[in-house]
Amino acid sequence: MTKPITREQDLASLTGNNPLSMKAERLSLFYGNKSAFKDVSLEIKSGGITALIGPSGCGKTSFLTCLNRLAELTPSCKVSGRILLGNRDVQALNVISLRRQVGMLFQKPNPFPLSIFRNIEFPLREHGVRSREEIDRIVEDVLRNVGLWDEVKNRLKAPALSLSGGQQQRLCLARALALKPEVLLMDEPCSALDPISSAVVEDLITSLHGKYTVLVVTHNLAQARRIADEVALFWVADETGQLIESGPVAQVFESPQHAVTAAYINGRRG
Amino acid sequence: MALLAAAIVLLIILFLVWETLPILQSIGLARFFNDSSWHPTSEEFNLLPMLWGTLLVTVGAVLIATPLGIASAIFCHYYAPRAIANLYRRLVELLAGIPSVVYGFWGLVVLVPIIGRIRPPGASLLAGILILTLMILPTITLVADASLTSVPPEYLRGCAAMGLGRWATVHGVVLPAASSGLLTGVILGTGRAIGETMAVLMVCGNVVQTPKNVFEPVRTLTANIALEMAYATGHHRAALFVSGLVLMVIVFVLVIAAELLNRGRIYV
Amino acid sequence: MSKNSPTPGQEDELQLTSTLKRAVTRSLPLWISSLQPAELLPTVILWAVATVVTGALLWLLSDVFWHGTGQISWEFLTTSPSNAGRDGGIAPIVVSTSLIVGVCMAVSVPLGLGTAVLLAEFASNSSGLGQLVRLSLDVLAGVPSIVFGLFGNAFFCKTLGLGFSILSGGLTLACMVLPILIRSTQEGFRAVPEDYRRCAAALGISRTAILWELLLPAAMPGVTVGLLLGLGRALSETAALIFTSGYVDRMPESLFDSGRALSIHIYDLAMNVSGGEPHAYATALVLVGFLVLINGTTSWLAERFRQSKIFVL
Repeated sequence: MTKPITREQDLASLTGNNPLSMKAERLSLFYGNKSAFKDVSLEIKSGGITALIGPSGCGKTSFLTCLNRLAELTPSCKVSGRILLGNRDVQALNVISLRRQVGMLFQKPNPFPLSIFRNIEFPLREHGVRSREEIDRIVEDVLRNVGLWDEVKNRLKAPALSLSGGQQQRLCLARALALKPEVLLMDEPCSALDPISSAVVEDLITSLHGKYTVLVVTHNLAQARRIADEVALFWVADETGQLIESGPVAQVFESPQHAVTAAYINGRRG
Repeated sequence: MALLAAAIVLLIILFLVWETLPILQSIGLARFFNDSSWHPTSEEFNLLPMLWGTLLVTVGAVLIATPLGIASAIFCHYYAPRAIANLYRRLVELLAGIPSVVYGFWGLVVLVPIIGRIRPPGASLLAGILILTLMILPTITLVADASLTSVPPEYLRGCAAMGLGRWATVHGVVLPAASSGLLTGVILGTGRAIGETMAVLMVCGNVVQTPKNVFEPVRTLTANIALEMAYATGHHRAALFVSGLVLMVIVFVLVIAAELLNRGRIYV
Repeated sequence: MSKNSPTPGQEDELQLTSTLKRAVTRSLPLWISSLQPAELLPTVILWAVATVVTGALLWLLSDVFWHGTGQISWEFLTTSPSNAGRDGGIAPIVVSTSLIVGVCMAVSVPLGLGTAVLLAEFASNSSGLGQLVRLSLDVLAGVPSIVFGLFGNAFFCKTLGLGFSILSGGLTLACMVLPILIRSTQEGFRAVPEDYRRCAAALGISRTAILWELLLPAAMPGVTVGLLLGLGRALSETAALIFTSGYVDRMPESLFDSGRALSIHIYDLAMNVSGGEPHAYATALVLVGFLVLINGTTSWLAERFRQSKIFVL
């Protein structure tokens, strides 16, 4: 089940071995008695980039944290419904291997207070990659993938917190990629960055197309339009978040089926 | 008045130096290390056995209490259910406030006889180490607890999102992130161990000698002062103040080390 | 094959251990619901450490409690010791202790408060003066109590000519608890957001008024906590008192009399009086009882303090 970290597999994934898709079925989440979102059914297509849009507080981030079961860390949190990774229920998977297969990028870059190298090495080791050469190779690979290699190759031992915000976010992406995930969840990955770094990270996300199944939360409609294949709109109705409309990006933006969607994407609401 | 604290520190140093000046002028510092033994009434002032005593007791206690204290803090934060963690914290806080004379008394009536059964006489370096371990454990635990609290929750979420287990998170991220705070706790604990008087006085046996194993009795600098101050006069009294001065210098060094540690972000 | 995914044989084994682990940890709010084998060992070790530490500490407390309760009676608390403390009670010792601690607090509280106020008003934490004071406080907090004893003996007893007296002891203790008081008062001041002060200043309110109306009320809980902590420290101190307040176990007639503190009484009974153990236990229980009371009040207050601080912000 777990995707192995070897060069053969690496190549295989480039030559058409599709990443797993994810599917939420009638998913609801409560914090205590308060409902964050209700009855959301959404498929995140294999290898595609799906954007979650909608106003603040409509449950987008909560939805994201259900997918890798990070929501379980909040004590009062209750989830109902079903989530599938490929064709397996995530509740049936070992949580650790689930989180290895479903990586996550946070809004605020959160590299560990370790060296740049160790930030990538440490999770790899914990997931059982022991050989030195293997680690060196993966570190170089993922840092090249996120365009950070040339900037940091001479100071891999420097503290990760000495990097700029944009570099930190790319390091976090590299760290997630090192574990060879199937799915990547991103929670407004550009919103804490300056416009230039933001553009760099956005390009990176686009480059993941086809290799990983990506679900990205964003407030930036223009960005959603640029990078996504599929869009899903969340909205607050009846005091809880609901999925209003989802579909291919062109359809949702050009001929929305729902009045709320039309109003939102034209900037009249939200 | 704002300088009151500084003034008191200055006053303490001044008086210690004032009282030691006569002996330092007349016999010099070297004799405190070169004399054949500690017989202050016959003008022999070798402090080395007592320095060894203090050093060994302190190092032993710190070596045992550090892992236990840090483990206790980790336990409270990441392993124990909330109710147990709170109870445990309360207990440790309570013990931080128990007077050293009570620790010493308990050591004397409970611990020393037990050690004595294994290997007489019982009142020994080992007893001192064990009692001091118990005494500085709360200090180290409470400081470590505070520094674990200040580890940003983003790190923990980041770890969880990558599917890292508890221990992986703790040893890979939490401990490096909290290292300077943990070290400060250890330094404070060390300071407390070096300065502790009553407990070691009551359980260590107080024989002036450099111990060859942990079952032999020792006398520490602090115990020496407490034992002899009552009847000391002249050079003898001054020699005791010299040991006070030595303790003061050690504490100075520790406090400054802790200060530097807190100021410069230690990067591991 | 990946190094991460277990081989079929391992999988069975994993299944078995994980069932076991789940049984062990089912009742716990698990942070990550299943344990890897590498996680099991640290978990077991940490629980073991906590158990051992708890065991040792409970042993100490219960020992003092069991041996002490049998000895304590109203009579024990209200009569004078006789036969070097083997018989009789601890009344004069309780009185001496109260006087010593009283002198200590009477001197250190105004001084500590005043110092903290002046520091808050005239020296920022980063200025040279502020740093000097902070460092002095650190050193003062770290000075071994026996060194305080030496200092007290040389300064209060000899130089100021107070001799072995309750006054000398109390003043020596005052030097010891001063850093605790100053620290907690400063902590209290920090509960007032900088914005409030700037805001009040912008409204043209005088510094004195800001101090009285904003800073001191906000610092009160911190001061109280500090006061109790200081009280606890003073009450439990032994080494600093041996050569300052002395050993005499008679009822003191004035502050210039020598008086024996509870902690010294325990020490004396345990070390110098054969057969003094039962009463040493009883005295230890009295002392620990006082301290538990103070400790409990402190953490209760500190808790309320923390809640009100959140409320203030």
